[in-house]
Formats: sequence, structure tokens, C-alpha cells
Amino acid sequence: MGFRIRPPKGLAFLLLIIAVLVLFLTGCASNDPQNALTPVGPVGQMEAGLFTTIFWIAVVVFIIVEALLLYTVFRFRRRPGNDGMPAQTHGNTALELTWTIIPVLILVGIAVPTLTTIASASNIPTGPNALKVGVVGHQWWWEFDYPSQGVVTADELHLPVGTKVALTIQSADVIHSFWVPKLGGKMQAIPNQVNQMWLQADEIGTFDGQCYQLCGTSHANMRFKVIVQSQADFDKWMADQKTVPAKPTAAEIAKGYQVFTTGPCVGCHTIEGTDAKAKIGPNLTHFGSRTTIAGAIMENNPQNLAKWLEDPPAVKPGSLMPNYHLTKDQVTALVAYLESLK
Amino acid sequence: MAEASLAGHLEAHEPETTTGLNHRKVLMWIFLGSECLFFGSLISTYLIYRNRSLVGPFPQDTFDIPYTSVSSFVLLMSSLTMVLALAAAHRRNLAQMRLWLLTTALLGTVFIGGQVYEFTSFVNHGLSLSKNLFGTTFFVLTGFHGAHVTVGVIIMLSLVFNSWRGGIKEGETLGIEIAGLYWHFVDVVWIVIFTVVYLLPY
Amino acid sequence: MATAEHTTATSHPKHRRFGGIWSWVFTVDHKRIGILYLVTAIFFFLVGGLEALLVRSQLAFPGGTVVGPDTFNELFTMHATTMVFLSLMPMSVSFFNIVVPLQIGARDVAFPRLNAFSYWVYLFGALLLNSSYLFGGAPNAGWFGYANLTELPFNNATHGIDFWVLGLQVLGVSSMAGAFNFLVTIVNCRAPGMTFMRMPLFTWMTLVTSFLLVFAFPVLTVGLIELMFDRFFGTNFFNPAAGADPILWQHLFWLFGHPEVYILILPAMGIVSDVLPTFSRKPLFGYPVVAYSGVAIGFMAWGVWVHHMFTAGLGPVADAVFSLTTMLIAVPTGIKIFNWIGTIWGGTLNMKTPLYFALGFIAMFTIGGLSGVMLASPPADWLEADTYFVVAHLHYVLFGGTIYGLFAGIYYWFPKVTGRMLDETFGLIHFWLMTIGFNLTFAPMHVLGMDGMPRRIYTYPTGMGWDLWNLVATIGAFTIGASILVFVYNAMSSVRFGKRAGADPWDGRTLEWMIPSPPPDYNFVQIPYVHGREPLWLEKHPETGLGHGHPVPVPIAGGAPELGEYANGGPTADDLGIHLPDPSYYPFIAALGLALTFAGLLIGKAPPPSWMSVVGLLCLFYGVYGWIFEPVTGY
Repeated sequence: MGFRIRPPKGLAFLLLIIAVLVLFLTGCASNDPQNALTPVGPVGQMEAGLFTTIFWIAVVVFIIVEALLLYTVFRFRRRPGNDGMPAQTHGNTALELTWTIIPVLILVGIAVPTLTTIASASNIPTGPNALKVGVVGHQWWWEFDYPSQGVVTADELHLPVGTKVALTIQSADVIHSFWVPKLGGKMQAIPNQVNQMWLQADEIGTFDGQCYQLCGTSHANMRFKVIVQSQADFDKWMADQKTVPAKPTAAEIAKGYQVFTTGPCVGCHTIEGTDAKAKIGPNLTHFGSRTTIAGAIMENNPQNLAKWLEDPPAVKPGSLMPNYHLTKDQVTALVAYLESLK
Repeated sequence: MAEASLAGHLEAHEPETTTGLNHRKVLMWIFLGSECLFFGSLISTYLIYRNRSLVGPFPQDTFDIPYTSVSSFVLLMSSLTMVLALAAAHRRNLAQMRLWLLTTALLGTVFIGGQVYEFTSFVNHGLSLSKNLFGTTFFVLTGFHGAHVTVGVIIMLSLVFNSWRGGIKEGETLGIEIAGLYWHFVDVVWIVIFTVVYLLPY
Repeated sequence: MATAEHTTATSHPKHRRFGGIWSWVFTVDHKRIGILYLVTAIFFFLVGGLEALLVRSQLAFPGGTVVGPDTFNELFTMHATTMVFLSLMPMSVSFFNIVVPLQIGARDVAFPRLNAFSYWVYLFGALLLNSSYLFGGAPNAGWFGYANLTELPFNNATHGIDFWVLGLQVLGVSSMAGAFNFLVTIVNCRAPGMTFMRMPLFTWMTLVTSFLLVFAFPVLTVGLIELMFDRFFGTNFFNPAAGADPILWQHLFWLFGHPEVYILILPAMGIVSDVLPTFSRKPLFGYPVVAYSGVAIGFMAWGVWVHHMFTAGLGPVADAVFSLTTMLIAVPTGIKIFNWIGTIWGGTLNMKTPLYFALGFIAMFTIGGLSGVMLASPPADWLEADTYFVVAHLHYVLFGGTIYGLFAGIYYWFPKVTGRMLDETFGLIHFWLMTIGFNLTFAPMHVLGMDGMPRRIYTYPTGMGWDLWNLVATIGAFTIGASILVFVYNAMSSVRFGKRAGADPWDGRTLEWMIPSPPPDYNFVQIPYVHGREPLWLEKHPETGLGHGHPVPVPIAGGAPELGEYANGGPTADDLGIHLPDPSYYPFIAALGLALTFAGLLIGKAPPPSWMSVVGLLCLFYGVYGWIFEPVTGY
């Protein structure tokens, strides 16, 4: 018993594999939000370029080896006409040398651009034209600081287009990993360690990132947005972020201000212009200006914010912000206040 | 660690081995190889965290080098007595062998006792497992070494007891030799620890 | 063990004998211990597979609700830990046990009781680890358990990590004891005339793997001890507040972890290196090169660990150096693949299931190796690390590689162990269903990875472009499950009703095919004298000569009957005057004591030790002392 595969079927088999490969390739470089092979900045481009080079070399090797394997099996399988004792070949030194040296040469071909790309990627820009950004990973949200401007925000990183950005990456608790696939490679955020990398975004738009190192229950919910703007728009955003919100007077909003400043919120959050100065949770000073909330897992709108405030762990399992069993009125007021913080 | 009828039996009709070396001896060498990696990892951890404690007590304020030198010397001498025990076994003088094995065990115990005293005084000066990186790495490294010495002492005493019962025949040296390998290794590890932890300047 | 034994004049204690199940519990026979390992490893393969199917079910659709995040984290942690430590490694060890003594012409391993001890420690460690499910929750920080997520402040809702730390230490004892045993066995128990260069390749790879085990596990043990001390005794090894570096854990773990992956692949490569020549009817092409490349891999395995840490920010110099060493290790690996193709080239291929799996190994492992080269370049790795690209890579090498190799071994050696053939038709159904399912599951993961899907996320939103391939992967996973069911059915029915196999159903080349199937407990009537590589082939087909001026073939088992089963069970060891080691209960007791000592730490963190640890220690001492002083009646 057993199958017998005749040559035409084997060829069809090989063609099938290649067809599947092609199908994959269409999925590889696409416009998906976190696709790594269509980057919009120089760092990402050199890394993706190197990946692509190595990929195609690998494809060639793959085709050669697999075709050779399939051919050998079909040609030398036992069948009437190929049934006897084969020559008991031991080896062949020339072949051994060949198939040692050729892979080494291929690897050298991969090693050289590898080394140059490592050098370029590690060349962190200093100097006044580079924007300094501090990234701090928390369970399960991202803090973004602009030390030169004295601005602290969360889960939304604004960058001016075409500008070199020098990032320092740290963690407040466990190991996380920071990655915006459209801009460049990832880097771990490790407590007690300051990692550095540089990025540059050459296109205006919104790009997605998330945490890539298992960091606990809501590792999957630790996302963020990168908003790349023109220099003018970025400057305006920065100016807005630097302003201290005034104490609100409008009814509902003032009520929310009351709830916030007299409630447990001040134990974890900072809002400039109030007495809330704690740094355990995200800085909420310009919360209303953000496009997403809760680790960029929901759009920032009143309904979602209400859902969050009513029961944070239900929205984000394991959330360190507990359920404070706020009343409906308190929630409505808080929503009004927070969304007013533009 | 071959004793009793096992050792006797083995050497009565020692099976041929491909290398000519006894199985148990090869096993001990391989085991000691793995122990190199074990202690190597602990020592590496110590070295990585050297001078990184955020709070004291710090090593330079804690160590009493002359004291530890004496206890190191004691351990070193125990290797000498181990060699003498093996020599006595070769010379078929079981009584002498037992004497030197006992001395080895005694010296090992003195070493451990010295460490207990030393560590107690460290603790009294505020150093603990959880105090800082120094306490953590120091006590775990030396603690595991001390545990190995203790196991060695138990082995020595077992050999003495067994010989006393007539379990070791005259001329049988394999068990003593293998125990000796282990003992010398533990001693060498201490020399490394003493140098790297105590003697290197902070 | 060497030539024919003799009885001593002094009286021997009566042979210890146990009946029924106790003959299995107290056995020290390598063949039985090998069967125990194999059955247990296959059981845990099913457990790990079930965990995988639950993971894939949760990820089949965006926003899945099959399991919650904490359970999901436990599932993938246990899936990997189970597969690596409770299934793949023990399955390799089962073959070390069953096959290596036969291949080197020995009656048993160097330390039969240590062998039994290794198995029982494995079983108890496996039970300890899995009991975490019953006592609050399984470990949930990944099979690699990065600090400081595993430290108490971030992980004390359940005791899962404690179970993990203790269970792995127990399993480490088992692995190391086994490795010690096989090292001494291969070095010291070879039949006369069997030089290293005449050993079958599977034995060679067992030798290299054993060295890797001996040196790699202590490093893991130290890492686990340090984590255990942090959690149990308040030390600061991975406590950033005290100034510690969580990255130390990564170094210790991967210094173990990278040699570990070679521990996982080399035995399977050894199996493939034995299967291909047998089924091609010609010798392994480039035997010395294949053997030495295995040794080279064993050495180079120690110099590449940082490639698991390219995103940890160690700096360009470290990244560059380890990138080069990692690329270098691809060379001996590739050489093996070419030599395997050279083996089948020009042969007359016997297209049976073992060969299919060996060929599948080459095909799948090549893909895994190529994705490995893509991971070896740090800038490319910065895009691939911690995404599904790595999941794809690791499964192509560990499943397409190791598991395919192990299945080749199962189909190859099943007749030797049981005396019956596995059904060939079901074997091929298993192979094709598994190959289709496997590729459906893991090939798309390369795409998912480059499309930015992270590892270890319990769910994902729609709109990321990940929906289709996740569904395909899940379908593939269930297809794999179906193929395993086919295999299990085949195995269970063939054990009882399979076609009877003679001593040499495959026209084998190495010594194990010389003795009856299943082998008698003494293995060889007379220890053979080995004249060359592939001694059995030399004897059967002297006309193939195999060059090197081989002498006129001498019957390698003087006076042995024809190759085949004995009509009425054949002579016993006593008939032949062969001393075999008696069964013993001390290894079992010592293993139980060891497990209890560790498990007891879960009840009460010493000092003082809990009652369970005290009982365990007493048990351990009793077991060890009994073992040392036990009258030995074998060898």
C-alpha cells in the first residue's frame, strides 16, 4: 500500500506551493495599520529594505532546495526499473566544500548591509534640530514626555513631519516593547535601563503602535497612536499642550471638576492647574484633545469614556484603575469635564 | 560514591569499559563539569551586581579578610588531608584512611562553623538576603557553596562509617578517589569565590 | 558492557522480581524505561496540543470570547512549557533509551537505576507543574518567564509562577541525570571495535545533545533559583527597586535557552540521519561531515544567545557580534541538509512512512532555517521579534523539524519495540493530513508577523488585516489535531493487531536490527565485535564492500541464530549466564522524595520547611542511601 505520486502530480504540487507563496506575498506588504513592510520613514525603510533583501535571497534558496528535494525523491523512488542496490557513495569532498563556501558567501552578502544598517540605526541624533521624546511604558498604557517643552501626555505621540526624533525608552514597572511598525524597529522598555532609538516620519498621518512584550493581563490592550503633523500643526498642538486649563465655570463641567478634584482621581492622575499631581496613572491635562482612550483601545467620545469610568476593569481586564462605583451623575459630570480639557 | 557491596562487587569483576575508566569516575567528572556552570552562573551574577547596591552595608565595610583567610586556609588543608586519606587507602591502611577522612570532615565542619559565625555577624551588622544586591548575591552564592561543603562532609562521614562496618575492602580506592574529586572541586570553587568576592578591591 | 559475563563463586542474593505493574514501576531496563518515557511524552503532547487548540480557538476571530486574558496567558505558557519540557525532550530521551544501547552493542545504559530515577522525576515534575491548574492557576508569564513580570509585585494573584519555578527545577534534575547517564554510556559502553567514527549518527547526536544538557541546565537552574529566592525569600536578583537588572534573567535564560533549542533539534536530526540511509539503501553521504557539523553546532550554540535579545537595547556592538555568530551557525546546519539530499540522491527510495516524515523534516526545517537567517540580522529582527513571524519560525523548526523527526523515529522503531508494524496507510494519512494542517497553521503566521501582529495577545481588533490568516491558522490547527487522532488510533490498534515485524523489517544498517523484535531483556546473545560503520549492512551485503579494505565479513554475533524471532521466546538471561541489573524501588522512592521536597515549598515557604518537604527529604535520603547500599546483582 502507499501512495505513488507520478511526476506530473509532483510538478502540480510544486506549482501549488508557489501559488500559495504568491498569495502570501500580496498579504505581506499592504496598507494594514501595523504592517512593517510599508514604512514612511528612513529608519523603517532601511530596516524593511534589509528584510526584503534577505527575504528574496531566502526565497531563491528555498526554491532551489525544495525543488532539488522533490526532484530527488521522484527520480530515485523505488519502482520497477529502479529496484536494485544503488552505488554506496560515501561522500564527495568537492561538493562538501562547495556547499560550505557558497552559503558562507551568501551570509557575508547579508552580513555587510546588516552591519551598516545597525550602525545607521544606532546613530542617535543629538543637537537642537532633533526632537527629544521620552517614552515610559506602564501597565497598560504609554506615557510620552517632551522634556524640552515640559509636556507630559499619554497614549498619543505627536511628531512633526520630516524631523529626526531621539527617543529614550524606559519602563515604570515590567518589561514592555515599543513599536510603531510604520516608522521603524521595536525597542524594549526595561525598568532600570534607558534604551535609545531614533525615528523619523516623512508622511503626515496617524500611525498605530502597541506593546510587543508580554506584560501581564492586558498586554493586548496597550496600544497607542502616533500623529504626524506639519511643523505648523505640531507647533500649535504643542502650544495647546503647554497651556494650563482654567478652572471651569460652565455648570456640568464645573461639577465634573468638583468630582475629580475631591475624588480618588487625584491619587493617581495629574491635571495641570489643579492640585492633582500624582504620576501613577496617565496625565490627563489635555485629555479632551486625544483621539483615543484607555490605551488607545477605544475612540475618545463621551459614550466610550462613560463606559470606561463606570467599570474600568470590565473594559480593560486587570486594569489597575479599579471600579469606583461612581453614580450616573458623577460619570456624566466627569465626562463633561474631561472632554473639555482640549 | 560507591560504597559497600557495590564497590566490593564492582572491583571483584570490574566490567570492561571502552575508555578503561570506571563509569562512576567518568560520571563524577561530568557532574563536576555541570557544577562549573552552576557556580559560574552564581559567580557571574555576583560580579554583575558588584558595586551596584543602592544602600549598605557594603562589602568593604563588612568583610573581615584576615578571619576569612583563616577559614579558607582550613578548607585548603582539608584538601591535603583528603589526599592523605587516599594515599592511606592505596597503602591499604584502612585505619589511617579513616583518620584522615575524619580529619577532612572535621576541617570541613570547622569551615562551615566559621561561615555560620561570620554570616551571623554580618546579619547583626544589618546585612540580609533582602537588604540590597550585595546581601542577595553574597549569601546565595556562599550559601550554595556551603551546602556543597556540607554534602561533602556527609559523604566523608558515610565513607568512614561504611569502612568501619567493613564495607570497604583493602585496596579499594575508587570510592575515596571519587569523593576526593568532589571535595577538591568544592575547594577550588571556594578559592575562586574568596578571590573574586573577598579579595578583589571594591 | 563487554564480553560474556561469568558467575562469581560467591553467593548472589536471589534475583529481585516484581510482577505486573510493579515490574514497570521498579524496572531498570532501558527498553522499558524508554517505553514509559514515550507513552508519557505522547500523553503530554496531547495535553499541549489541547492547550494550543484553545489558544487558536480564542484567536480564530477578532474580539474572541472563548477564554479571558488571564486564562489565555496561562494557556500559551503551558502549551510551550509542556511541549518543550514534557513532550519533545522526553520523546527524544525515550529514543536515547530504547535505541542507543542497541546501536552501540550494549546490554543497558551505564547507570540503570539512575535511568529509572530520571523517568520518575520527569513524571513527578510534570504532575507538579500541571497540578497548578488545580491549585489556583497555571503559570502565565510565558515559557521564558521574563523578569520582572514574574516577580511577586506583578505576579501573586495565583501561585502559577511558583509551580513553574519548582516544576522546572525538578524537571531539570531529570534531564541532567539522563544526560549524565547517556554521556557515560556512549563514552564507556560501546561494543569492542565501535570507535566514535563507527557510531550511528543518532548515537552521535545523542552524545552532543547530552553535553549540551549537562552544561545548559545548570544555567537555567541558577536563574530559577534566583527567581525562586526573590519570590520566596525576598532577595533582589530581579528587583529594579534595589538596583537590579531584569535583563540578567534574559541572559541567564537564553544562555540556557539557545543550547536548549539545539537539544531539541539534534536528536531529530540524528533520527533523520539514520532513517535516510536505511530507506535509500546507501550510506549517509558525508558521514564525518554530518557528525562533525553536529559537534560544531554543539560548540557554536553557546555563542549566539543574544539573538533572542536584539530588541533589548544591548547596543550596536553586541548586536553586531551576535548577528555574525548566528549567521555562522547556519553553515553547519545547511551542510547537514545538503548531505541528506546527497544521501537520497542515487538511492532506491523505499517510500514508507518513516521516510516521508524524514523528507518532510528536510522540507519544513529548511523553511524554518531560512526564516532563522532572516531573524539573524538585527535590523530585520527589530521588525520580526515578538511578532507572529517568530511563532512561524519556531514552529517550522520545532514542529516541522523536531516533531517530524520524532515521528519518523516512531514509525521506524515501533516494530523494534513492539514486534509489530504501524499501519502504512494510516501512516500516510497521518503524514499528509499533518503536513497540510501544519502548513495551513504556520505559513500564514509569517504574513501575520510582518503585518504587525504581536505574540501573546489574547485578542485583536478587526481592521488590522489579521482576520483571514488567523482563521486559516485555526483551521490548520484543528487539521493537525485530526492527524494526531489518526496517529493515536494507528498506534493503539497496531500494538495489538499490527502486522508482525521480524528483527529487520526495513533492511536496516545498524546493530539494533540484528536482534529480535521486541528484543530480549539482555539485548544481544553475545556482544558483537564491530568491524566498521553500519556493521549490520556490512554483514548482510558484503559485496557493497564499503571500501577501506574491509576484511572478510565475520559473523558479528558468533553463534547467534538467524535474524528473526525466537520460536518459543528464546533463551533467557539466566540461560545464557548473563547478569542483568535487578529491578529496584529506590530510584522511585528517591524521585518521589525529591518531588515532595520541592512541592512542599508550595505549602510553606521555608524556613522552617513544611511537613511535605520534611517527608520528601526523609524519603529522598532513604531512597539515596538504599540505592547506594543496595546489593547489586548485575554486571
